[in-house]
Amino acid sequence: MNRFSYLRATSIDEAMREAAADPTARFIAGGTNLIDLMKYNVERPTRLIDITRLPLNGIEETESGGLRLGALVTNDETAFDSRIQDRYPLLASAIQAGASPQLRNAATTGGNLLQRTRCYYFYDPETPCNKREPGTGCPAAFGRNRIHAILGTSDHCIATHPSDMAVAMAALQAIVHVRGPGGERAIPIADFHRLPGEHPEIDNTMLHGEIITSVELPPDGFSRNYTYLKLRDRLSYAFALVSVAAALRMENGTIAQARLALGGVAHKPWRDPAAEAMLQGQPATEDRFRAVADHILKDARGYQDNAFKIDLARRAIVTALSQAASGTPQSQIDKRIQ
Amino acid sequence: MNASRKGSSKLETVPVTLTVNGETKRLEVLPWTILLDLLRDHLKLSGTKKGCDHGQCGACTVLVDGRRLNSCMAFAVMKDGAQITTVEGLARNGDLHPLQQAFIDHDAFQCGYCTPGQICSGVGLIEEGRAHTRDEIREYMSGNICRCGAYTNIVDAIEQVIGADAEAGR
Amino acid sequence: MLQEKGYIGTPRNRVDGRAKVTGEAKYAAEFDAPDLAYGIVVSSAIAKGRIASIDADAALAVPGVLQVFTHENRPRTAWFDINFRDETAPPGSPFRPLYDDKVVYSGQPVALVVAESFEIAAYAASLVRIAYEPETHMTDLDIQRDEAYVPPRKRTGVKRPPSPRGDPDGAFEQAPVKVHGEYRVAIEHHNPMETHASTVVYEEDGTLTIHDKTQGSQNSQSYVSSVFGLSSDQVRVISPFVGGAFGSGLRPQYQLFLAVMAALELKRSVRVVLTRDQMFTFGYRPLTIQTISLGANPDGKLVSIMHDAIQTTSPWEDYQEVVVNWSNLLYHCDNVKLTYRLSQVDTYTPIDMRAPGAALGVTAIETAMDELAYAAGIDPVELRLRNYAEMDEADKKYFTSKELRACYQLGAERFGWARRNPEPRSMREGRELIGWGMASGVWEAIMQRVAARAALTPDDRLEVASATADIGTGTYTILTQIAAETLGLPMESVTTKIGDSSLPKSPVEGGSWTAASAGSAVQKACLSVREQLFKYARRMDDSPLANASIEQVTFAGGRIHMTNDPSAGVTLQQAMQAGGVDRVEAEEKSSMGLLKNMRYSGYSHSAIFAEVRVDEELGVVRVTRIVNAVAAGTILNPKTARSQILGGVVFGIGMALEEESMLDHNLGRFMNHNLAEYHVPVNADVYDIDVIFVSEHEERLNPLGVKGLGEIGVIGTAAAIGNAIYHATGKRIRDYPITIDKLLG
Ligand SMILES: Cc1cc2nc3c(=O)[nH]c(=O)nc-3n(C[C@H](O)[C@H](O)[C@H](O)COP(=O)(O)OP(=O)(O)OC[C@H]3O[C@@H](n4cnc5c(N)ncnc54)[C@H](O)[C@@H]3O)c2cc1C
Ligand code: SF4
Ligand code: FES
Ligand code: FES
Repeated sequence: MNRFSYLRATSIDEAMREAAADPTARFIAGGTNLIDLMKYNVERPTRLIDITRLPLNGIEETESGGLRLGALVTNDETAFDSRIQDRYPLLASAIQAGASPQLRNAATTGGNLLQRTRCYYFYDPETPCNKREPGTGCPAAFGRNRIHAILGTSDHCIATHPSDMAVAMAALQAIVHVRGPGGERAIPIADFHRLPGEHPEIDNTMLHGEIITSVELPPDGFSRNYTYLKLRDRLSYAFALVSVAAALRMENGTIAQARLALGGVAHKPWRDPAAEAMLQGQPATEDRFRAVADHILKDARGYQDNAFKIDLARRAIVTALSQAASGTPQSQIDKRIQ
Repeated sequence: MNASRKGSSKLETVPVTLTVNGETKRLEVLPWTILLDLLRDHLKLSGTKKGCDHGQCGACTVLVDGRRLNSCMAFAVMKDGAQITTVEGLARNGDLHPLQQAFIDHDAFQCGYCTPGQICSGVGLIEEGRAHTRDEIREYMSGNICRCGAYTNIVDAIEQVIGADAEAGR
Repeated sequence: MLQEKGYIGTPRNRVDGRAKVTGEAKYAAEFDAPDLAYGIVVSSAIAKGRIASIDADAALAVPGVLQVFTHENRPRTAWFDINFRDETAPPGSPFRPLYDDKVVYSGQPVALVVAESFEIAAYAASLVRIAYEPETHMTDLDIQRDEAYVPPRKRTGVKRPPSPRGDPDGAFEQAPVKVHGEYRVAIEHHNPMETHASTVVYEEDGTLTIHDKTQGSQNSQSYVSSVFGLSSDQVRVISPFVGGAFGSGLRPQYQLFLAVMAALELKRSVRVVLTRDQMFTFGYRPLTIQTISLGANPDGKLVSIMHDAIQTTSPWEDYQEVVVNWSNLLYHCDNVKLTYRLSQVDTYTPIDMRAPGAALGVTAIETAMDELAYAAGIDPVELRLRNYAEMDEADKKYFTSKELRACYQLGAERFGWARRNPEPRSMREGRELIGWGMASGVWEAIMQRVAARAALTPDDRLEVASATADIGTGTYTILTQIAAETLGLPMESVTTKIGDSSLPKSPVEGGSWTAASAGSAVQKACLSVREQLFKYARRMDDSPLANASIEQVTFAGGRIHMTNDPSAGVTLQQAMQAGGVDRVEAEEKSSMGLLKNMRYSGYSHSAIFAEVRVDEELGVVRVTRIVNAVAAGTILNPKTARSQILGGVVFGIGMALEEESMLDHNLGRFMNHNLAEYHVPVNADVYDIDVIFVSEHEERLNPLGVKGLGEIGVIGTAAAIGNAIYHATGKRIRDYPITIDKLLG
């Protein structure tokens, strides 16, 4: 654990100002990821800016007919909010599939998006890791990589982003609102997380000192035809090996619009617009779904332990699309695959 | 890793006020003092357990302002002003909370180490009012690992209390 | 004989239940002491080599840091490795913490940072910088298996495989039905919910009171005395509650050494608690590669059993457990070859983990037997009945009792086994394939010599005491039941004291021997108290019992009365008065070796039936139903006994589907060293578990007829689940845990 000075921010401006002034300062919200990493000495901020008392905690209607989730709304509040459950059940379902009730009571919208990879090596400062210490190497690529990526990897890092919530948000094309020294920005979620490339130490496109204020959900919640299917190493309280958020708009038995995002397979929630386009105007058939899955996974690459994820993801995509098309979303309580 | 080597400088503390099981506690602690350690080491309330210290087991579950949380995943200073209920605060005038009694009656523990966390989590679950079936209890209690494997008895105990509450119209 | 059946055999709530649900029960890290200092362990980054340098300056400069202990400044301890041997140490030279600059495994403790508070220690520990000179390490059993050897020295209490009998190779060659395969179970770590911890209280007179997480307070005590050259009255170990252990507490772990070392040096009380990650830096269930060949006639009768196992051990100790012997214990066969070898890898020495050996060996043989059932076209239960061992053939002994047949029968009935269509993939519901599988379990009923004291005082309070432990097993409760019943007192009048090295002598709590051994000792001590009381009672003036013999009286409700005339009696108080004493006390030892050189072997048995549902497309497995029928002699308390079996089954579910400590052989390090990535079953993984205790008359092992239950619940469970998965999917997985990836395709 590093020593740090603590500030309870009373305004967003103060929080931003304080953060900007200190390159090692960090915001803290639910703390469930940052404290975890600080205890492992993976994160060593010298200044901690507590943002939990900032007024960023409501769920509000937007002018366009969507909802705006405050950055500090807890995952549990979101998942059990009746508006979210009615209009964005995909998001509610994805959040419920993650972590545990206790953690969801603490975890926040902003913190969840910014949680870091669960790569074993990243978490263990006694081992090399390019993400933790650039230039030291990526032992995961030649070591244990059951939980690692199969898409969008680089020679420098094969880590995944562990969030379930973010996968649903990717399918819903949410917009992340941030505020920083340079003003406000609205970042489409697709551009929010990045691939590791040569700089795996950088998870996303936020700048130091920027604060997430809210996440905006566009009006269309795909509340009829959706599913969040999560596959993992036990039936609850485990990160995804592969997860699929599927959202369809069905018109007379054909797919009018499709959104598909994958979790557990890449450094960011994985979307493939070309694959989604392959569904447009098509009937919902397994053959079609398989073709889409093949397309998404055509460049997938497996490593020692995780090659099975390619096959698993293929099957999961087909199952998820079938669930979404037939309006039988995966229950997060009943563990039978629907 | 840019460890600060300013080792010898004085370690600054921060004030924290918490209401723990109805009693107000004022403390001065290092900023990185974790709520769980504050309870166990500083307040000597060792009923709340440390099983992993990383949010992975639920042994440290307490109720913070009525909601169940992993106390190992919270800096105490961030909870300044909060109402905390630990396992020590569940019994009233020596009468066990119905869930504590149900745990005894259903033998819902063996070594007892996960038990305070299970019970606080169970009390939180009952308050949330979302669990009605065994499937729901199982899922919503999955944040509490019991290595002794008392799960089926834990579900029995919680189901009994939920059932009794429902009958009593609570 | 006991005339009254009051408590023994009846379901009772745990006597320590209230303490556990209120948080009053105190575990090792929860005892307080004035000026308590906190120690945090720094673990090695490399698997092998030497420590080139340790820079602790920054840590030492933090206000409140008391000391950073390393091999360079370690205070003097015993020199000889023999002093580090503990009661359960396997042959070899035990690991000595901070001994020198050598690193022999990844995660080895290399420094202890001690400070005024946990927070200061945590910060300071992060400032310690260590430089290493690595050497080549080897952790891969697949490479090392060629180096396997028969351990030259046998581990005490662990039977070697018997010599081969008949012509197993020839018989296998000619057998019309054959099964041959390699079976693996991944490395597991015990991961009790309480991490290992020691609070060493430095008393004013310089003696130590130690609260240690251990399965044997006296084992820890003698280790500390021997290592630090203290006399036994300078060290007392008290561990009234143990937050699970499953074997990890059978040996003193390094936090004990470090805490004592620091306390002696600083002359101050010290607590050292291991982190969850450090729970992966000592013993584990060894990786085991088993090869089994079974030859049978068309009727399924075995003509050859060959079972070989290779296990990992450390370079410094020859850990051993009984892996292969079970095959012939379960099944009759004239041509048998059982072999067991070790192979050294650069990890810590394995430690017994719940049902050591059997959990592995039985998983393999019971998977192979299922394969044989299919190869021969015989129902798996029927196959087992046809090969039922009536004798311990290796030792040529009869069983003290063996109701395994009844286990098969009652288990099958409860489960509905008769409705099973043997055809794989023959049952489905929607997307899910349903499978039913079964397996047998067997575990040795072991007796140890345990001493216990019983003392009755005038207020009708009975105290029983023994240095044994309760790690969740229910020891407190069953000892209380036995004592209360023997003296005819209410359970509330009995106080049971255990987990304290100052109490009458007991070995570590483990191997399922505690109920039988400590229970027998307590019973014996209480019977002695009974006899004394009865003697006094007869001596009383006008005693209504003057002409009675002890067989004719009953102890009940705080009285001794004629069995045939309850009105004729005296109170225990009157008897004590008559004897002129205000305390009646006796200490007795359980007798072991009752069976030595005799014609009997004692084993508990079980039959496990499992239903799984497997998503055909995605390989998601749900274990929806387990029936475990257990024959283990007398069941002292069906309530806590059932919990023991439930817990064992959950352990078995973990072994079957989830648990695997993943080594990175490049780094020689376990990488998923936490509970987020080392998966143990959570509540959602566990559906219905039905436990049946098959009645089994046992009179040879001990007067109580107890065999023990701590291990048997695990044994066979993984195989039953694996066999059910085969039945569901047609896929035979011989490599546990059966994770999703193994079922795809
Ligand atoms: C055992 C375990 C299991 C888990 N399982 C799952 C799972 O299955 N699925 C899943 O999705 N997640 C899982 N999680 C992760 C959990 O969801 C995240 O830890 C949580 O969402 C993080 O939110 P937080 O508010 O606690 O973040 P914090 O820990 O407070 O912050 C995380 C990061 O975000 C930054 N930050 C936070 N808020 C803001 C803001 N508004 N603006 C700018 N920066 C900010 C912080 O500086 C920090 O760097 C699990 C966690 C644990 C410990
Ligand atoms: S995968 Fe990424 S996070 Fe993991 S070791 Fe490699 S660089 Fe580090
Ligand atoms: S100790 Fe907090 S979750 Fe394990
Ligand atoms: S009772 Fe021991 S871990 Fe749950």
